[in-house]
Amino acid sequence: MKYSFLSAVAGVAVAAGLGATAASAATLDDVKAKGFVQCGVSTGLAGFSAPDDAGDWKGIDVDLCRGVAAAIFDDASAVKYSPLSAKERFTALQSGEIDILSRNTTWTMSRDTELGLNFAGVNYYDGQGFMVRKSLGVNSALQLSGASVCVQTGTTTELNLTDYFKANNMTYNPVVFEKLEEVNAAYDSNRCDVYTTDQSGLYAIRLGLSAPDDHVVLPEVISKEPLGPVVRQGDDQWFSIVKWVHFAMINAEELGVTSENVDEMMDSENPNIMRLLGKEGTFGEAVGLENDWAYQVIKNVGNYGEVFEANVGESTPLGIARGLNALWTNGGLQYAPPVR
Amino acid sequence: MPGIENANPFAYVSTETIPQSPPPTAAKGVAGWLKTNLFATPRDTVLTIIVALILLWIVPPMLNWLFFDAVWTGDGREACLGEHVGACWAFVEAKFGQFMYGRYPAELRWRVDLTGFLLIAGLVPIAIPSVPYKRENAIYLLVVFPIIAFMLLTGWPFLEPVETSRWGGLLVTLVVAIVGIVVSFPLGILLALGRRSNLPIVKTMSVIFIEFWRGVPLITVLFMSSVMLPLFLPADVSFDKLLRALIGVALFSSAYMAEVIRGGLQAIPKGQYEAANAMALTYWQGMRLIILPQALKLVIPGIVNTFIGLFKDTSLVLIIGIFDLLGIVQQNFTDTNWISPATPATGLVFAAFIYFIFCFGMSRYSAFMEERLDTGHKR
Amino acid sequence: MAHTDGVADGTEDSGRASLIYDPKVRGVFFQAILIIVVAYLVYSGISNAAGNLARAGIASGFDFFGERAGFEIGQTLVHYTNDSTYFRAFLVGLLNTLMVSALGILFATIIGFIVGLARLSRNYLIRKLATVYVETLRNIPLLLQLLFWYKAVLAVLPNPRETGLEQGTTVLWTLNNRGLYIPRLIPEAGASAILVAAIIAIALWVVIGMWAGKRQMRTGQQFPTFLTGLAILVGLPLLTFFLTGMPFDVEFSALQGFNMSGGTVIRPEFIALLLGLSLYTASFIAEIVRAGILAVAKGQTEAAYALGLSPNHTSRLVIIPQAMRVIIPPLTSQYLNLTKNSSLAVAIGYPDLVAVFGGTVLNQTGQAVEVITITMLVYLTISLLTSAFMNWFNSRVALVER
Repeated sequence: MKYSFLSAVAGVAVAAGLGATAASAATLDDVKAKGFVQCGVSTGLAGFSAPDDAGDWKGIDVDLCRGVAAAIFDDASAVKYSPLSAKERFTALQSGEIDILSRNTTWTMSRDTELGLNFAGVNYYDGQGFMVRKSLGVNSALQLSGASVCVQTGTTTELNLTDYFKANNMTYNPVVFEKLEEVNAAYDSNRCDVYTTDQSGLYAIRLGLSAPDDHVVLPEVISKEPLGPVVRQGDDQWFSIVKWVHFAMINAEELGVTSENVDEMMDSENPNIMRLLGKEGTFGEAVGLENDWAYQVIKNVGNYGEVFEANVGESTPLGIARGLNALWTNGGLQYAPPVR
Repeated sequence: MPGIENANPFAYVSTETIPQSPPPTAAKGVAGWLKTNLFATPRDTVLTIIVALILLWIVPPMLNWLFFDAVWTGDGREACLGEHVGACWAFVEAKFGQFMYGRYPAELRWRVDLTGFLLIAGLVPIAIPSVPYKRENAIYLLVVFPIIAFMLLTGWPFLEPVETSRWGGLLVTLVVAIVGIVVSFPLGILLALGRRSNLPIVKTMSVIFIEFWRGVPLITVLFMSSVMLPLFLPADVSFDKLLRALIGVALFSSAYMAEVIRGGLQAIPKGQYEAANAMALTYWQGMRLIILPQALKLVIPGIVNTFIGLFKDTSLVLIIGIFDLLGIVQQNFTDTNWISPATPATGLVFAAFIYFIFCFGMSRYSAFMEERLDTGHKR
Repeated sequence: MAHTDGVADGTEDSGRASLIYDPKVRGVFFQAILIIVVAYLVYSGISNAAGNLARAGIASGFDFFGERAGFEIGQTLVHYTNDSTYFRAFLVGLLNTLMVSALGILFATIIGFIVGLARLSRNYLIRKLATVYVETLRNIPLLLQLLFWYKAVLAVLPNPRETGLEQGTTVLWTLNNRGLYIPRLIPEAGASAILVAAIIAIALWVVIGMWAGKRQMRTGQQFPTFLTGLAILVGLPLLTFFLTGMPFDVEFSALQGFNMSGGTVIRPEFIALLLGLSLYTASFIAEIVRAGILAVAKGQTEAAYALGLSPNHTSRLVIIPQAMRVIIPPLTSQYLNLTKNSSLAVAIGYPDLVAVFGGTVLNQTGQAVEVITITMLVYLTISLLTSAFMNWFNSRVALVER
């Protein structure tokens, strides 16, 4: 009796479409049928994925989902967001609750091979760092022996931290929290000497402290943290779409195509630009999209440089320099295969 | 005094009049009240003075923080910074919409308000014992209202849809608590009946189910529903996160509800069961017409208490990343525009105040019903 | 309508009930259906999980217990390093849960009894204060209270470097926002003798108690068992301590770099959790105690006074033993609630079972099913064991009706 009630609840929920989704092999068809992209994001990390005061999601990770939506629907707002904790994110993707996981997720071998996931690229090259109070007078992570370290659970951070301290023969005392807000609060109330997470995260978190200027991010980067969008294994078409939306944004920056000049660029004679914007060839159709897919991405969302600057760049409160995330032509690592 | 012994054979009977006692000190008036209530014995006097000193030490700074030094207006953290600044009520004022509705789109919040109004319209008459049409009222609350509320809140199928990830604040707290109680009520009745059933397998399964959910913390249940449940569903079905949490909460509270209702069933005299059998009523008829109406009336206070517990426990959903009242308050601590030393304390006090109003109100109501129902069943 | 139908059916078929109306057959039938439904649900759940796990390539089984954990834990009762196994981490979390629960139960009981008695005090101020305490704490979610206490504890305590301690100078004790630092006793050879002495002392206490009880039954003379027992329990180990030549090395804590080092630490997370759990549960225990005492008829007090018992003896020998019968069953469920509520530690960073095992270990192994099942089973076991013990205790104090 009780179980039949349960299944009735389930049935109602499925019928009502209260978030119940079907995840079959052809994600693109599903997405087209339901009319939006379901995008897994963080519960709020400024610059990457965080809701603004009006409740609209903003950030570099969010813009990737918006780019995918623009490529499919010509409408960057055809996205719904699922805020996920670090613990839930992979289950959410595996179970088909979301179509893309774009949640500052580190690309590691085990995640790529053991969890049934595919990383579609790297939209932010990051590394784990440390933040301390200026008043401690510390200027290197090697001086941190004996410190109390605030860290969030459910990430690779906890292990990197242990490895780093162990390798340098130092000790520390961890204070571990489930949620980012709790880690921030504990660090801000001076429970810990050190806050460790990805460096980009540290810059974002520093903004949210009561006195941001009293804190300094140490220069050491103790790990490689390539962050990128993730999709389920077994749907190569969808994998390609997400991958190429990302590449299109990088190629656009390299070719100087921005959301402002993209309409003028449609008249460009440059064959690279013509192929990118769909004037030449049928690259879009090959992955089940319109041929102007990249035009729509750039028009509606912008190229990689624009997205970076708007969300995390020097002009934003985060003030992060391009660094590793500069184009390969400027000494960075962002490099996209050509549209050809 | 040998003369007395002779006069009276009973040694323990007094022959002398007891000397008159002094008149009792005033038992009435201010002085009398003070004497009996505050300074009855030296020990009482000492205790009274100690407690009064502690109160003097705690209460004025608290009032200062809450009211006199508090910041009532302002549009950013600057207003709440400073040396002697109390609570930052401006923060609550600015975020009030979020605390109530979460990120529910502002132009659609009338739907939440309307739902709340419909709920109150159903709750008030059912809570007042003298209002008639209880049966119709209960059907409205348990069947009609949930359907309307579901359609209004999610927007399905006529209105503009609002994803549950945008719900938050008091809205989510109430949704979780009310869905929990509405679902757990019938489930609890079935489990309670199952536990008292003569059928061995039904009984065993009910006992296992009840004891299992009562034996584990709610937080592990929520972890289970958020991380483990998706793996147990077929690959092509997945549930909304809020719905999963609701399932966990409903199963959890139905076990507690079952125990409350079982208490009511046990309090019904055996003669009532026998009478139902003697009338040749079937099991379900007997339960529906004779036993349950009496048993459920008895356990109304217990049900309200379970609801209070559930209402408080809903705050745990913040741990799995659902922004209920406490969750959204906590999340707003990190808002760069409002961060100040006073902000977290203010937010927590505000949330505590809201929870307190609801829980205290319900516990008063439960006490009132207990007194009202305390007739005829006293042994 | 259904009513009359039922009556009619009963009378007509009473002679030769068809199989459908045979209660036994129906019972078997419905139970069979229930079993099939449950079995199907369990089977489909398991096969779904197996399929999902296989497709996602997530490992299953309990082999991970033997693997290296590779993370640190903030507070450990047993030896643990990042080289220890996951099983060791599980053990650390479990012990932390048990410790905070045990201490929480102790403090909640003490505070609860005091507040419960205060609610019945003749003193107006004390009575009202206790009422305000109970009503406030009972009606605010525990999680909110824990967050509040954690913030309060951190706000009140200073940073270790602001406490005015000199670098490297040892201190007897110090309290700062990294915890309460007290000296650590490191046992040396002969220390076990003290433990033996303590066990002997407890045994002596029991023997004396039995002897005193018998003597009182025989002669009516009372013996101060409690004080004597306490004296033995303190005295005997202390004596052994000196006789064995103080076999302990004391490690004091000192400020070193950022933090204190050495000594035993009680972390602020633990303090906040213990504070929150004890105060919250105490508000429920207070109501239970009050109800229990009120349940003892007034005539009992009057009878005790009439027999010439002092108020002290009246409460100790007449009121409390009777009140305990009413108090113990609900008290049991409060103890269980406290134990389960200790899992909220995860919100304030205390490394309990849920935080260490259901948090970090789950995230690192990715084996959600195994980890959460084990966590739930552990709590279930604790609950059942506690209930069993309290039922046993209750049966001892229960009224023996002849």
